[in-house]
Amino acid sequence: MNNNDQKRMALIASKGTLDWAYPPFILASTAAAMDMEVGVFFTFYGLTLLNKEIDAKVAPHTNPAMPMKMPFGPKGFQNIEWPIPNVLMGNVPGFETMATSFMKKTFKNKGVATIEELRAICIESGVKMFGCQMTMDVFGFEQEQFVGGTDIAGAASFLEFAATADITLFV
Amino acid sequence: MSDINFDQKLDCRGLSCPLPVLKTKKAIDEMTVGTVLKMVSTDPGSKNDVTAWAKRTGNEILAAENDGTDFVYFIKKG
Repeated sequence: MNNNDQKRMALIASKGTLDWAYPPFILASTAAAMDMEVGVFFTFYGLTLLNKEIDAKVAPHTNPAMPMKMPFGPKGFQNIEWPIPNVLMGNVPGFETMATSFMKKTFKNKGVATIEELRAICIESGVKMFGCQMTMDVFGFEQEQFVGGTDIAGAASFLEFAATADITLFV
Repeated sequence: MSDINFDQKLDCRGLSCPLPVLKTKKAIDEMTVGTVLKMVSTDPGSKNDVTAWAKRTGNEILAAENDGTDFVYFIKKG
């Protein structure tokens, strides 16, 4: 393929929970595999996905559409959707940790890559990672805590990259 | 099953989107133009995804088969 045909994709990753960490890394790694030039701008809570150690959790509280399922037992049991009241999920200590470990286990059972694996593939395949300078200042993040290859940038830098993009998505 | 000759084999059984495509891309990158990769997947979504990937990247799917559980692709590097 000649470079004139190369497509460019620009993403904004603004969320740092385990469930929302997937879309930007899945799309970025796949676009790179499809020979596209990819840049991801990590801003606000999305910036935590650049930490060397990712500590993303899933938040069942105020997430009423999330199916609560068990990652073990027979298939019929695993497919049961447990009707757990939202107020309980938000107030029982340890519920978030349990839900996070269940989701990770379910993903593993279904052959879904981990966030760490997908991010490593992104880096290996040349996806440009931009960390939002303003968010870093607000939350007190340092560039040293991010994975190698992260560029620190602001809105104008992202827009300059996105100005010639064929695909632009906000996640 | 086709008796198409292939040079490399890649087992993506049990893996979900986007891993079959990502692993196929990695395998194809290490092959020479004109050689054939046989990729086996259990992901029903791979049917559309591998086709879309091949179209975008200029690789050719010589054959795509499904025996009920396995989806088998013969991909010629373009």
